[in-house]
Amino acid sequence: MSEEIKVGVYICHCGSNIAGTVDVADVAQWASKLPNVVVSRDYKFMCSSPGQEMIEKDIHAMGINRVVVASCSPHLHEATFRGACSRAGVNPYLFEMANIREQDSWVTSDKTEATKKAKALVAAAVGRVAHQQPLESLFVPIDPNVLVVGGGIAGIQAALEVADSGHHVFLVEREPSLGGHMAQFDKTFPTLDCSACILTPKMFSVGNHKNITMMTWSEVDKVEGYIGNFTVTIRKRARYIDEPLCTGCGVCQEKCPKKVIDNVFEAGLGYRKAVYTPFPQAVPNTPVIDRENCTYFQKGTCRACEKFCPTGAIKFDQQDELITIKVGNIILATGYDLFDARKVGQYGYGRLANVFTNMEFERLTNAAGPTGGKVFLRDGVTVPKTVGIIHCVGSRDTNYHNYCSAICCMQSLKFAHLAMEKTGAEVYNFYIDMRTPAKSYDEFYQKVLREGTHFIRGRVAEVTDCARQPSEEGKLIIQVEDTLIGRQRRIPVDMVVLSAGLQPRADAKEVAIKFGISCSADQWLIEKHPKLDPVATMTDGVFIAGACQGPKDIPSSVAQGAAAAARVLSLIGQGEVEIEAATAIVDEVTCVGCKQCIACCPYTAIEYLADKGKAHVIEALCKGCGTCVGACLPKSISLKHFTDEQLVAEMIGAMQTMKYLEATEVA
Amino acid sequence: MDAPAYEPKIIGFLCNWCSYRGADTAGMARMKYPPNVKIIRVPCSGRISPELVLRSFREGADGVMVLGCHIGDCHYSTGNHRTAKRMPILKNLLEYAGIEPERLYINWVSAAEGEKFSVVIKEFTETIRALPPFVEVMK
Repeated sequence: MSEEIKVGVYICHCGSNIAGTVDVADVAQWASKLPNVVVSRDYKFMCSSPGQEMIEKDIHAMGINRVVVASCSPHLHEATFRGACSRAGVNPYLFEMANIREQDSWVTSDKTEATKKAKALVAAAVGRVAHQQPLESLFVPIDPNVLVVGGGIAGIQAALEVADSGHHVFLVEREPSLGGHMAQFDKTFPTLDCSACILTPKMFSVGNHKNITMMTWSEVDKVEGYIGNFTVTIRKRARYIDEPLCTGCGVCQEKCPKKVIDNVFEAGLGYRKAVYTPFPQAVPNTPVIDRENCTYFQKGTCRACEKFCPTGAIKFDQQDELITIKVGNIILATGYDLFDARKVGQYGYGRLANVFTNMEFERLTNAAGPTGGKVFLRDGVTVPKTVGIIHCVGSRDTNYHNYCSAICCMQSLKFAHLAMEKTGAEVYNFYIDMRTPAKSYDEFYQKVLREGTHFIRGRVAEVTDCARQPSEEGKLIIQVEDTLIGRQRRIPVDMVVLSAGLQPRADAKEVAIKFGISCSADQWLIEKHPKLDPVATMTDGVFIAGACQGPKDIPSSVAQGAAAAARVLSLIGQGEVEIEAATAIVDEVTCVGCKQCIACCPYTAIEYLADKGKAHVIEALCKGCGTCVGACLPKSISLKHFTDEQLVAEMIGAMQTMKYLEATEVA
Repeated sequence: MDAPAYEPKIIGFLCNWCSYRGADTAGMARMKYPPNVKIIRVPCSGRISPELVLRSFREGADGVMVLGCHIGDCHYSTGNHRTAKRMPILKNLLEYAGIEPERLYINWVSAAEGEKFSVVIKEFTETIRALPPFVEVMK
């Protein structure tokens, strides 16, 4: 490389975002005197077409072979400017960006200081770019198969969208059936259409789709690889039922003598057997045997199911199976957990019998639920005459979750309507703020208002059974400050429903680590960009959809499921994907074969060549973190595009500018 | 007269995925902080070899910051575990060489922690300001 280095520097005004604080003309003038710089300009919007064309023109006309743009964060426009360089024939890795917006003009009040900082950052980039080397991107084909994790409504939607386009989907669900939380609901707001009627056809489509391999009662064990080429190990837990033989006739469930309280699907209100499908419309309708409760597994006798199964499908000796699949992209739709209402001790859930959670109330109102859709108190016979519904339990509460769970207002309004419709009871809703922002939501609120539900604005202090007056005897008393009239009130009711908020899955963190993505501070999975890239993650090839990303109602979850599928399909359509070119490389001359790098590589991307006694980087596995570089004592391993030389040049550029500016100021 | 004004010169090595984005988050929220820190982006805090820190001091940096993802949040799963082990050792070595160990600062800042980032920058800048310029120490 004897070619003369010619750097072009471009300082962006970003309208007034940068130019309002940084003297861009001064910075451009300063940059023109830096080593190797042949042209230095400032322009209103570098990312616009004329801005990019300016770079391309200079490359052609002046033979520029290195480009520095000082503008926003590289996370926003690095790809844009690399593209401009590429188009004009300059290798994209010969481009460098100085972040003078997010890390300068927006965070520095003093104009002189901001200009000085911009100069230092530009000089750092100019110093670095001279040492940058062209890199050739590696293109790898994308495996068109897709893994969808989670069989709730978001996962179902994503799986169907991908499968309908003709690509194969592996859908993994932890529970015995698809359906997720939506399968537990009776009515959905704001239209009050029956949840099962709109969900079960979709579940059925998944179950019968020629392009979908459905794996329920299964979990992802291990994920290896990278976009386009993931190898995923799935643990298919033993059902103790031979799936191909089982016809789903249900005789085993009928004959099983062991009744178990169903804490999952029926929220503890109903029973299931030790061999069970969670609900009659389950997909697949192959049951599972719950080992912990099965008499045969616990005591060695019974085998009633085996005796009566007409097809001989019961297999007590079945083992967990590990299935390895290859996929190109992954969509996570792992959903949410409900906040545990027991934690709010003053509301009495678990202590006062007639305090119910939202999921319990959903099951009570569900025609297929434990009471056949009749709303009874805990005794199973008494119909409540007054119902109190408490919003924001565990949400918007600094003691539990600060965030708004987004769905509880609408859910509570739905409960108010259903309670009134099914029992004729007097209903009180206790809310902090009424949040009904989506289409037709506020109309639903108006409808519930007209129906005569009482709305009391205030956070409930306590639910108690200690009566102070005869009228409160035998009732639950809701103590609340009605903030609209500025008075403490005690409302006696027969039944209390707690609208517990949504929270991240208990194992969200584990899942995030498994798939190489991140969680926010409160453990929701993080999207790539909160507005412009809501279903992608920082890990290419891994997408998120539905409530695993944050509280979401059904329409939003469905939209995200479809969006994630669209993103995956566009990648599959491209056929191949560019992978990280900035990988580590070993200098075999100086490598002493100490294996320190191998020990610290998070990806087992470094192998030891026993015949040569040297380390060797497997490029396709290397993600370019550079952890090995920090471990290598003889400095034999380096990370392309982040070499010591480049980073030191960047540091020196910044340091020398700071020193120079300081010296000239003193003088 | 007070002592002559002294603006510390600080180099910050920030991982691309958490801390650099945390700095961007601070920017997007327009949180003001002192301009003394010049940020150098590295893929992972695990990439920050001791040499990079030492070279910065040799160039005259008054302080060096190493910021990475929180433990468990590393984009490369365990890259920052190495940072967590290496940097404290490097601090000890600095002290051994007669350099105040507080000149090297290690912390974890996530992409969401713009506020924490700005606080960390303010505090570290003031810590360094309280120390003499590094060139004096070198003499």
